[in-house]
Amino acid sequence: MNPVHTVAGKAYPLGLKNVDTDVIIPAHYLKTITRAGLGRGAFETIRREAGNVFDDPAFASAPIIIAGDNFGCGSSREHAAWALADMGVTAVIAPSFSDIFSGNAFKNGILTVVLPQAQVDRLLEVARTDPITIDLDTCTVTTPFQDRFTFAIDPFRRDCLLNGQDEIGLTMAMGDAIASYERSMAADRPWLSAAA
Amino acid sequence: MTKPRTLYEKIWDAHVVERRPDGTCLIYIDRHLVHEVTSPQAFEGLRVAGRKVRRPDLTLAVPDHNLPTTARVDADGRRIPIADVESAQQLAALEKNAPEFGIRYIDAVAPEQGIVHVVGPEQGFSLPGTTIVCGDSHTSAHGGMGALAFGIGTSEVEHVLATQTLLLSPSKTMEVRVEGKLGAGVGPKDVVLHIIGTIGAAGGTGYVIEYTGNVFREMSVEGRLTVCNMSIEGGARAGLIAPDETTFAYLKDRPMSPVGPDWDKAVAWWRSLATDPGARYDKVVTIDAADIAPCLTWGTSPEDVVPITGVVPDPASFADPSKQVAAKKSLDYMGLTPGTRMQDVPVGYIFIGSCTNSRIEDLRAAAAVAKGRKVAPNVRQALVVPGSGLVKRQAEDEGLDRVFIEAGFEWREPGCSMCLAMNPDKVPAGERCASTSNRNFVGRQGPGARTHLVSPAMAAAAAVTGHLADVRELVDAA
Repeated sequence: MNPVHTVAGKAYPLGLKNVDTDVIIPAHYLKTITRAGLGRGAFETIRREAGNVFDDPAFASAPIIIAGDNFGCGSSREHAAWALADMGVTAVIAPSFSDIFSGNAFKNGILTVVLPQAQVDRLLEVARTDPITIDLDTCTVTTPFQDRFTFAIDPFRRDCLLNGQDEIGLTMAMGDAIASYERSMAADRPWLSAAA
Repeated sequence: MTKPRTLYEKIWDAHVVERRPDGTCLIYIDRHLVHEVTSPQAFEGLRVAGRKVRRPDLTLAVPDHNLPTTARVDADGRRIPIADVESAQQLAALEKNAPEFGIRYIDAVAPEQGIVHVVGPEQGFSLPGTTIVCGDSHTSAHGGMGALAFGIGTSEVEHVLATQTLLLSPSKTMEVRVEGKLGAGVGPKDVVLHIIGTIGAAGGTGYVIEYTGNVFREMSVEGRLTVCNMSIEGGARAGLIAPDETTFAYLKDRPMSPVGPDWDKAVAWWRSLATDPGARYDKVVTIDAADIAPCLTWGTSPEDVVPITGVVPDPASFADPSKQVAAKKSLDYMGLTPGTRMQDVPVGYIFIGSCTNSRIEDLRAAAAVAKGRKVAPNVRQALVVPGSGLVKRQAEDEGLDRVFIEAGFEWREPGCSMCLAMNPDKVPAGERCASTSNRNFVGRQGPGARTHLVSPAMAAAAAVTGHLADVRELVDAA
């Protein structure tokens, strides 16, 4: 994973709440065995609507999406995060995210920034005409108009993003602790392995 | 004296491999279910990095999402290939990856094949007090066994395959207590739809829900699996119900359940898992069972719930302006007008199945309504899809297949079917389906498809009347 420090540029002012994973990437795109190329199916149902933000040249190739409550709800499909990454989106700002989606986004270097609805509303307004900057070092979202909103993020995730850590590699380095846990598990709850 | 702990805290504490200073924990995973859709990229990742599966013995693979539910073998017993090239390729990838990495694999034509969330409990693979993951959000279902079970993305699937652990932050806890007596015609699906309607689709975000109260204590394991299955539709990554005698009786003598002295030891530990008196939840929601009616969804979020006696709501009736916008969009998509009685809405498709409602009790409940009746002429397709080969066989032993077939339903092979539009079972654009599945999202059952989430009994009632219907009127008449 490449380190992430700032995401700056135009933002799709989507605004909708409960944007579910079937909207982000419909199931018929899930029959792939690779991670690549899913951007072509991203937001397919929304893109059928006239005047949608994703086909508006004013926001072409924007790296940020601004949405309503509960973004990414529904399925655990990481294809949703892969689709966003493939369309060049590296940050989503919303009042809340589904837990599974925000985990998937993080693992693909996509920032999920939680801000209160009033601040999201302000950013939706700014995004119509101007760029937005997200700074992970200072945990702030700023606009050219002196807006400055701070956000909270899980310290572990922030650290991984800033340093571009490979989580599997990190965990494999803890192999001794895992082996020790497995020994005590075999003693305390022998049925877990015996049944298997 | 130790601090009283909730069921969730006890399972969590028993699985901490290492606690990091920032509060994140490395959590051991006892059971990993793998299916064809969310695993190919994870196996490819292992291959590229030259990594092995750490505990193939704790991993079980079974295809379900994109298998067609029509016959899988021909008259001579030969496998019928999947026509869809991409689906066939995903299935082939799992068939290659499972043996290559030494993982137990239940293949597409095995008698035990079925939806992962039906197969896990049925085989005794999903046990109380375990941590269970799968690359599928409805893994929350296994919480009905008293397991901490949740869906993960493909990067996490790869992480679990390589390390048998996940790095997680503890969740907040929410108690959803339902006490009292459920009314006639009200089942587990109605209970969970009512809960989601109450807390909202994001109400459980950041929480693990524990369902408590006599309604869940008196519920069968199948019903508990239905309730926990839909926890994710209320935003909670996991739902839990304390394991008890009902759970133990269900698990006894399952193929992968513990045996002999291990069984006794396991039961003793499982009994110790129930939430201690005095343990605190971060949030408590209390519901009176008498307030729960047979219900269904009217919109495109699982929180859009009304009783079957209700009407299509007016978007202006919602206090939240963003909900007003969402409701308006939902009604446009659903082709519904505010004020219309739900029971006056005709349906063209019926789906009884999915990891939410495809177990034997679900089929019995639907068959009880369908028995001696006929699918209405305006219904173009009515599918009954058992959750596993074993459910199918049991239903056939009980004669339920005959009831459905005589009524005009199609009796299919096990799989995810019409829940998610990844296999040939789809609802055409603009058509309306009474479905026992879990999601009424835009396009979920096919592009342009309109979904009303209902219980199995209500789906059968809709099938035989040709419109959304109050099952209580049919059961009384019967």
